[in-house]
Amino acid sequence: MRLLVLGCLIVTGWILAGGAAAQAESPAEIQRGLETVARQRVPGFVAFSPQRGEQLFKTRNGDWSCASCHGPDPLQPGRHARTGKAIAPLAPAADPERFTSAAKVEKWFARNCNDVLGRPCTPVEKGDVLAWLLSLGH
Amino acid sequence: MSERMRLLISRRVISRLAAWTVVVTLISVQPARSAAAAERLVVPRNDTWRTECSACHLAYPPQLLPARSWRAIMQGLGKHFGADASLDPATAKEVQAFLEQHAGRDRGGPDTSAPMRITDAGWFRREHREIPAATWAHPDVRSRANCAACHRAAERGDFDEHTVRIPR
Repeated sequence: MRLLVLGCLIVTGWILAGGAAAQAESPAEIQRGLETVARQRVPGFVAFSPQRGEQLFKTRNGDWSCASCHGPDPLQPGRHARTGKAIAPLAPAADPERFTSAAKVEKWFARNCNDVLGRPCTPVEKGDVLAWLLSLGH
Repeated sequence: MSERMRLLISRRVISRLAAWTVVVTLISVQPARSAAAAERLVVPRNDTWRTECSACHLAYPPQLLPARSWRAIMQGLGKHFGADASLDPATAKEVQAFLEQHAGRDRGGPDTSAPMRITDAGWFRREHREIPAATWAHPDVRSRANCAACHRAAERGDFDEHTVRIPR
């Protein structure tokens, strides 16, 4: 009987550990990840800047800015500039699902920086934008 | 058999005949109904396809383009109708396999020309020939690719004429 209980506890612990590993990240964790990369790669990096992030977000580069689809206020829903499809608000305060998967964040920065800037964003640019988004709605 | 009885039986026969007539009529009308039902596509379930393809637009049912078109589209995601829609190789492979597996009929033409836009297809133009330019330009429509603006149940593969509601 004791062995059975012990076995059950081990199995439960194993499932819980696995579950925790597969759980979503938080925006703060994703921000810390970007910060680690920035510290490693950018000499003289001090901190992310919400002001620089806002500026990058709203600056047009050719046809598009981030705001072309996400809208000027990330607390509000946006609309895809081409297809008209509704886009959920980008600020985590308005949509708690935002910035909860590092892989998804990287996928979309890669696509959208290429569309808007014609190049990948730097770790500092990504961190700046996220810093601005995290400062909204509080 | 009494007269009353005979009358009752003949009445019963007549009412049965009437019922059968109704049934037969309904069956013969069926082809017209199923033509409309053909516009209700059965979209097979694939969560990866739906999540990825519906991020920027309606997840267009695979039946709307032939396999060679889907292949060409999936090879060019880096510049997908003017936007970067790149996917990681594993996801791209799964989505392409799903699209090809359930792709629509190939309507011929040289192998090198794969229609890339659903809205360029002959059937699409025919089905929408009565739509005035003002409707296409309506702020709630804006793009011919915006199926759900009028086909309110397009997410479920329902393109039936009867569920269309055109924004005014």
